[in-house]
Amino acid sequence: MESYINLFVKSIFIENMVFAYFLGMCSYLAVSKTVKTAVGLGLAVIFVLAITVPINFLLNSYVLQEGALGWLGDNYATLDLGFLTFIMFIAVIASMVQLVEMIVEKFSPELYGNLGIFLPLIAVNCAILGGSLFMQQKEFSGIIESGVYGLGSGVGFFLAILAISAIREKIAYSNIPEPLKGLGITFIITGLMAIGFMSFMGIKL
Amino acid sequence: MLAKKQKNKKSSLFFINKEREPLFSKKNRALLSDPLDDNNPITVQVLGICSALAITVQLKPAVVMTISVMAVMGASNVIVSLLRDLIPNRIRIIVQLVVVASLVALVDQILKAFAYDVYKQLSIFIGLIVTNCIVMGRLEAFALGNGVWKSFLDGVGNAAGYGFILILVAFFRELLGSGKLYGYKVIPEFIYDLGYQDNGLMLLSPMALVTVGIFIWIQRARNRKLIEKN
Repeated sequence: MESYINLFVKSIFIENMVFAYFLGMCSYLAVSKTVKTAVGLGLAVIFVLAITVPINFLLNSYVLQEGALGWLGDNYATLDLGFLTFIMFIAVIASMVQLVEMIVEKFSPELYGNLGIFLPLIAVNCAILGGSLFMQQKEFSGIIESGVYGLGSGVGFFLAILAISAIREKIAYSNIPEPLKGLGITFIITGLMAIGFMSFMGIKL
Repeated sequence: MLAKKQKNKKSSLFFINKEREPLFSKKNRALLSDPLDDNNPITVQVLGICSALAITVQLKPAVVMTISVMAVMGASNVIVSLLRDLIPNRIRIIVQLVVVASLVALVDQILKAFAYDVYKQLSIFIGLIVTNCIVMGRLEAFALGNGVWKSFLDGVGNAAGYGFILILVAFFRELLGSGKLYGYKVIPEFIYDLGYQDNGLMLLSPMALVTVGIFIWIQRARNRKLIEKN
């Protein structure tokens, strides 16, 4: 149990998707103009990451890894389908996003109204594919572990986009040099925030 | 934007109707050169930031990444442009993703075979070309509505604009951060003896953001029509 909590905290703060690996940067910059839309996108990312990482974990350990097809019989035990990783992962992500969209639309029209436009965008958010690829690289031992990692990464993204959108709402009123307005200052602020988040790196979990 | 799109469409129709325009007509050259400055994918269109920031600690991975992205974008733009009349509108994103993912898998395997040390350094970022917004963005915005040759030029041009920023950032980060360029020491010893020190901060990821931010500042100060109105 303790190791799961450690992993959760680690994936939120120390290995933050946005500040440590710059994943999901495009939507982070594009959708952070107001807090309301940022919260919508952040929730959608948490949702999708927490679902796709465990599914891709199962796919990786029972289909893609070297020797993973052993359960089909001895003939298949030496196959290595690793080169199919990207196609399989992205197919799972695209179809999960579609599925999640349909389920949310059916059972919670209100949430769908809020998340609506962001869900399709998420299929091409690098944070989602990045989560699955990191899961593969870190060689997690079980499905719960990968689920916790997915959830933690999502929460990390949520925090990051919430923070920057709040700051951007405020700096709209400040007197910034003209050419630096908008994108430029957002980059620099993100850099400063990333330096702040680096202080978590010293924590050993 | 819409008017521009329609104009593009019209010219591509002409292209198909064999009203031949030279391969490198003025308009086609603009497709190649616009993304380098006025319409740069990173600093103006805000696409493909993730990889641009993460792999710019040294020049070598940045160069390899640029070449990979260029190959993937050129090829995927051509393929999608060839298929553009066959792809049903509703499932176009999945079709595009499959095309891009197969091309990326190809690049991934080639790098693994011929440049293993760089492959290790780039780690998951080769895979992330699949979701690199530049690739998808250009497929959506250009290749779906334009002829094959134009799409190819657009793909290569945008990849070049992306690579331009990538290499520029990597140049400064490697030079100031470790005193090297492309892995070779370029700052002579006697400068270190005078008390110069490498700025270790440049090697850390936050400085990539600040560097890109400063480039955006310089570009917009020079080219004032890009300044954002709030």
